[in-house]
Amino acid sequence: MPALKPSERMKIPRQRMPEREADERRTAFIEVNRGYTSQAAVTESMRCLQCKDAKCIAGCPVGIDIPAFVDAIARDDLPAAADILFADNVLPGITGRVCPQETQCEEVCVRAKKGDPVGIGYLERYVADWAREHRRELFDPPPPSGRRVAIVGSGPGGLTCAGELSKRGHAVTVFEALHRPGGVLVYGIPEFRLPNAIVDAEVETLRRRGVEIVTDVIIGQTYTIRELMRTEGFDAVFIANGAGLPIFQGIPGENLKGVYSANEFLTRVNLMGAYRGEESDTPVLTSTRTVVCGGGNTAMDAVRTSRRLGADPATLVYRRSRREMPARAEEVKHAEEEGVVFEVLCNPVEILADENGWVRATRCIRMELGEPDASGRRRPVPIPGSEFDIPCQIFIQAIGTRANPLLTQTTPGLNTNKWGNIIVDENNMTSIPGVFAGGDIVRGGATVILAMGDGKRAAAAIDAYLRNGE
Amino acid sequence: MFKIVQAEWLAPKVRRLMVEAPRVARRHQPGHFVIVRVHEEGERIPLTIADSDAGHGTITLIVQVVGATTERLCGLEAGEGISNVAGPLGRPTDIEYVGHAVLVGGGVGTAVIYPQAAALREVGNRVTAVIGGRSREYVILEAELAQCCDDVFPCTDDGSYGYHGFVTGWLKDLIDDTGDVGLVLTAGPVPMMRAVAEVTRPHGIRTIASLNPIMVDGTGMCGGCRVTVDGQMKFACVDGPEFDAHTVDFAGLTDRLTTYRNQEQLAWNRLHETALGDHSRGAHCQMSGLEAAAPV
Repeated sequence: MPALKPSERMKIPRQRMPEREADERRTAFIEVNRGYTSQAAVTESMRCLQCKDAKCIAGCPVGIDIPAFVDAIARDDLPAAADILFADNVLPGITGRVCPQETQCEEVCVRAKKGDPVGIGYLERYVADWAREHRRELFDPPPPSGRRVAIVGSGPGGLTCAGELSKRGHAVTVFEALHRPGGVLVYGIPEFRLPNAIVDAEVETLRRRGVEIVTDVIIGQTYTIRELMRTEGFDAVFIANGAGLPIFQGIPGENLKGVYSANEFLTRVNLMGAYRGEESDTPVLTSTRTVVCGGGNTAMDAVRTSRRLGADPATLVYRRSRREMPARAEEVKHAEEEGVVFEVLCNPVEILADENGWVRATRCIRMELGEPDASGRRRPVPIPGSEFDIPCQIFIQAIGTRANPLLTQTTPGLNTNKWGNIIVDENNMTSIPGVFAGGDIVRGGATVILAMGDGKRAAAAIDAYLRNGE
Repeated sequence: MFKIVQAEWLAPKVRRLMVEAPRVARRHQPGHFVIVRVHEEGERIPLTIADSDAGHGTITLIVQVVGATTERLCGLEAGEGISNVAGPLGRPTDIEYVGHAVLVGGGVGTAVIYPQAAALREVGNRVTAVIGGRSREYVILEAELAQCCDDVFPCTDDGSYGYHGFVTGWLKDLIDDTGDVGLVLTAGPVPMMRAVAEVTRPHGIRTIASLNPIMVDGTGMCGGCRVTVDGQMKFACVDGPEFDAHTVDFAGLTDRLTTYRNQEQLAWNRLHETALGDHSRGAHCQMSGLEAAAPV
């Protein structure tokens, strides 16, 4: 096929992601986005202008060579596209689904200046899904370095670091506290956004590369960091144990029956499989009316999950306005299509009980935006006397997490900040030589791809540390 | 898979399981618990580690049948396996010299105080155990406790064995008679722990209760195990499970433990309609009224 001229490329409109109908998905946990057809993928890939100074690469936290893999799709050479993609990103089926591309690679895409950016995320997903279906060959194993690295946590940061280190010949063991690898990818992000089977497949790819994953081990409790280094024979450690304890607002009624943290609700449904009803032994409360408090991706996941479990209405309460919501635009759009009710500029002040200690309503107060706060967003201020009640039987708190103390409190010499997050240098090394950290335990609540970026950067630094002893 | 090396009934519906879990055994201290998942579709439940043997790599769990999950677990025999055992979790018991320490255990709560008793004795305390059950057959671990306590006093609600009455009756007299009790540790049904706290409160005796709320992950992530202690929200899995009994909101704990009562009854019914519809195991009895899905 002759190469297209830029003017021809400019004329191609962005290919839409096929989605399941809102009516169908309101009650189903099946994935919403269906993925590009091969024709749509090739067409979309031709929209890329193949910039010499490709801004998208710098916009990607793991630095994927985007123009190269997109060009391989345009040439219909999917094995080459997969090679390029996997060289920079060991979890493309995951990032192709959950990355906020609109604030990363696609935001800086030159085509976004005038119209729609190239659908980089959709193309990434397309290649990853093709590779999962069609590729079974083992990677050429690099020569073993003879060094061993322990990774704490099998979420996106830990898995990425594991994959990158195994590419460099190091023997990697990942310790996971839960019974199934994947961290937030399996306990947090719902099936309709990221099927657990995709996570399992990408974990399996890492296993085929020689990464060992040990479940049911809680570092800080089962082993300390010191034991890993001194008696278990590891030469370096990467701590990626993730976000920690859910934050509650501290309002009256948060211990009532029917109040969940988003973490608990999502874990029961996703990790423990409560959405499959009687097939799973783990119960979850379902109700006709649910209120979710928060405006991030976790809040969207919780409210859309409760909708699927029968909540009507499922109401999202957020104290700022729609503009300040940290959730991805696509998640907000999907939630709206599925009939989620948005109560913005509104904050819970009390959860009210019936005579048996069950939630019966959420008392909220209207808010207005005042002066910008430390985050640069306008501070929400309550409007006196504007309280009103939203009837509900379930209330889900989704306002964030704070650092988990289990590991840090049993690791003397590991410096943390005032919030309990681990302090690292520019190479992601902590105050203990040979011990690195990344993801939410360093950043507080962040995203899958930022954790992966940390994992990749730390892997390079760990490799240098092991080779040079520095 | 975590292999069961020994299984025996200690009392009606109370089973002792010795499980191969070398990583847990080597780090176990009194007060620690594990999260157990019986099979691949199983729920995660917390169980106190009643004993461990680091040399043989085993831990001992004492489990009471209170619902479908615990019935499945108690139905396992030596040689069979448990899908997952994760731990040790929780903060260990503070073991220090106080002079005279009294441990009050009710039902399977006695499994919690057993390792505490041994550790408290080791640092030189006089150790007294007061253990209760509905009737004689429900009093467990008396012989084991006798090995590491100065005195063991069994109590039964129906008077079929030992003191006729609640453990709190005996405890009250013990405090008055000895006058030297420096610490009370208690584990068992919530109403019992609450009553123990009320007995010791006027005497100002430090009293620690081992709480048993509903948990999922057991590592602080879900917050399902939150309890109110001294007016503050605490997570039993990472802040506990042991707290100052004089400041615990026991009423709140009791109420939260009933959250899944309907679902638990349905799960119990399903279990008894299907695979385990076996009369020898009491197939048609009602689910126990104890704190279902939150075994001690």
